[in-house]
Amino acid sequence: MADVLTFTDRGIYCPAGDFYIDPWLPVDRALITHGHADHARPGMRSYLATHAAAPVMQHRLGDDARIATLDFGEVRRIGDAEVSYHPASHVPGSAQIKVTVKGESWVVSGDYKTISDGLSEPFEPVACHAFITECTFGLPVFSWTPQAVLTSQINDWWATNAAAGRFSILGAYALGKAQRLLRTVNPDIGPILTHGAIENTNDVLRAQGIALPDTIRVTPETNVKDHPGALVLATPGAMAQPWARQFGRASTAFATGWMALRGVRRRRAMDRGFVVSDHADWDGLNTAIRATGAEKVFVTHGYTGPFRRWLTDQGFDAHVVSTEYSGEPAETAEDTI
Amino acid sequence: MREFAALFARIDESTKTSVKVAALAAYFQTAPDEDKLWTVALFSGRRPKRTITATKLRVWAAEAAGLPDWLFEESYGIVGDLAETIALILPPPSGQSDEGLTHWINRIKTLSAQDEDTRRTGILAAWDVMPTAERFLFTKLLTGGFRVGVSQKLMTRALAQATGQEEAVLTHKLMGKWTPETTTWTNLIETDDPDADLSRPYPFYLAYGLDGLDELGPPSDWNAERKWDGIRGQFILRGGEHHLWSRGEDLMTDRFPELAQLRDFLPDGTVIDGEILAFADEMPLSFNALQSRIGRKTVPKKLLKEAPVILMAYDLLEHDGHDIRKLAFRTRRNRLKMLVKETPDTAPIRLSASVPFADWDALATEHDRSRELHAEGLMLKRKDSPYLAGRKRGDWWKWKVDPLTVDAVMIYAQAGHGRRANLFTDYTFAVWNGNELTPFTKAYSGLTDAEFREITAWVRKNTLQKFGPVRQVTPHHVFEIAFEGIQASPRHKSGVALRFPRMLRWRKDKPVSEANTLNDLKTMLATYG
Ligand SMILES: [Zn+2]
Ligand SMILES: [Zn+2]
Repeated sequence: MADVLTFTDRGIYCPAGDFYIDPWLPVDRALITHGHADHARPGMRSYLATHAAAPVMQHRLGDDARIATLDFGEVRRIGDAEVSYHPASHVPGSAQIKVTVKGESWVVSGDYKTISDGLSEPFEPVACHAFITECTFGLPVFSWTPQAVLTSQINDWWATNAAAGRFSILGAYALGKAQRLLRTVNPDIGPILTHGAIENTNDVLRAQGIALPDTIRVTPETNVKDHPGALVLATPGAMAQPWARQFGRASTAFATGWMALRGVRRRRAMDRGFVVSDHADWDGLNTAIRATGAEKVFVTHGYTGPFRRWLTDQGFDAHVVSTEYSGEPAETAEDTI
Repeated sequence: MREFAALFARIDESTKTSVKVAALAAYFQTAPDEDKLWTVALFSGRRPKRTITATKLRVWAAEAAGLPDWLFEESYGIVGDLAETIALILPPPSGQSDEGLTHWINRIKTLSAQDEDTRRTGILAAWDVMPTAERFLFTKLLTGGFRVGVSQKLMTRALAQATGQEEAVLTHKLMGKWTPETTTWTNLIETDDPDADLSRPYPFYLAYGLDGLDELGPPSDWNAERKWDGIRGQFILRGGEHHLWSRGEDLMTDRFPELAQLRDFLPDGTVIDGEILAFADEMPLSFNALQSRIGRKTVPKKLLKEAPVILMAYDLLEHDGHDIRKLAFRTRRNRLKMLVKETPDTAPIRLSASVPFADWDALATEHDRSRELHAEGLMLKRKDSPYLAGRKRGDWWKWKVDPLTVDAVMIYAQAGHGRRANLFTDYTFAVWNGNELTPFTKAYSGLTDAEFREITAWVRKNTLQKFGPVRQVTPHHVFEIAFEGIQASPRHKSGVALRFPRMLRWRKDKPVSEANTLNDLKTMLATYG
């Protein structure tokens, strides 16, 4: 029997339905797991995504992009394939895509995490014969700080700075991480300022009904001194630019899974590193893979070599596929903004 | 351990001096005395000895985590630090502990005296009550590899803030042979008399590199000496015993046994700042001769003959048992001169001679002669300057000779460690030997982080072959390599070995064909080796 999905130089392809999933070169029909730039690229003739993922994609890809939508769990027939989207708990609207051809089901995980972040739709294990999984953090050294501990770490850091009259600049990616942090922090500690790139995403998400605490967009007219002790949410790029200087001798922190590694913490040279990721940690990956019941597993996007070997040792028929999602570990950002 | 781990995290993550000092000062105000004392000890390089082999630890940790050895190794390769890898892969702790730093250091001491099974059980039990950050530090202490990114100077500043004592006084108190086993916080910091310990050295005065001669004022205010290329040392003679300290506060007394004779010729209560030099026929031997003595705890007779050392005396810090550091340099030097004059020619001590000069041009001419005299350059000291503690601007300047340089081609790259894990920072360089590139040195410092990132990206795309962690890359980039000395080395394919090689510049403007040749290096060896 022919494979349900194949790996081409344009992306993951389904011959039975003649469509691609998260392609990196222009194609006619692209099924998109979520709106991060390494998964939802410009130039496709048509896009298919969940209702919840579509607004951000439209905002980023422009009004011309033709984006059709569907509900989580809804089954669509495309050619000879049946397609459905299932929550991946990565960012709002993010999905795993299940493709079934002649009774054989393959699932493309996209990016995912197994824990609930209080923002994204909770992860749903999807039974399948073959699972194509990311493994950004596919080494046993990655184990995420529990959400409750993380919350108090960030709140303590902010409250201490606020008491000392300092700004707290927290670096986070514009889609997903920033809003997750916004819903994590205690807004009673002080005002929350946002960099424009983050606030644009906030606007889109608020408009689709996602509740976020009040934030103040930093514009050239803003006098930041009017908001002493504020938490400042900034993109990683903005933190390195002259933009960040208006906050004076602020305390700086960065929130990413890479902060689990001391070498990265030291290289980033922030005052604080919070270990928080929208990808699965080692336990999350292993749990998710086992829950699919799949015998065949394709790993991509991370520490593929050791992770494949580990899965083989565990009895899976495991393979590595190379894709063009996000760059090499720790050198580039975990997610493209 | 919680408070110590929190302190370490603040210091380790931040690059801001103010943040580090504030964290330390707060800790010194709140922690229990015994933990403060251990913290001062650890931060001044007084680590407990390595007690448990790393091999055992990694096996125990992998077993506890239920991971195969190869996966531990893969993880270690990414993390780049054994203690950190262990701390991260272990399952979450099942309990917790309120015990402090001193408790755990004592626990390590107890365990190291016991048999392997007891050690294993004890260490697993300790790991099981610690969160990752504490585990990491505990394991660092176990392996004897504890290091922290804060200088002793900053630690002393924080200590001064927390105790209200003067920094220079504290610096002096912290010097010498003490360990937390031989003293207490009260004795060392609060009530201590700096002279209580007869072996205790004074803080070294260190010079900055010379900015320019123009700002120095009249030449007659200054004394010039050669900057000798040996090991800076402080010779202490008190209570009939002598001690020799390095600048890094290593006790080197036994490594240079010939200096014991000086006890017979110098008066008690003498402390001399000088340079340990391999020396024969009234000339310093090359640094390579001294190199053969470094790192040897005991010295065979043959070596004592081949590379005898002397103390080249620069300065007198204590005279007749009195601390004379506040006296003017010219006064101290006169007294030193008298002391050295009293010793016979056979005694292993010389006064570092003044280099007379009428004006700066004359001094520049003297500076040019440095290499032929086996000196590293000149030292300039203001005649009325006191002997200060630490690196200070203004009164003392070092004027080093320019390093030797060659343009070389990068042929191998390897990832760095710690802060630079995941960046290719360690390179092997080659020069032309006919049509072949012959490797001759490695270097791993001198570039900016941005340059390292740029090269790392390039290395990933231009790897010809991988040998374990080492990548052979396309010969394409030329770097200017600076070094302080060159010597013949039959162990190396090139036949030469360099001293302190580092990357001075990335020569993007130079094609590979314009790199230097092995013959160029051999010419340098003949001239400067
Ligand atoms: Zn993503
Ligand atoms: Zn991704």
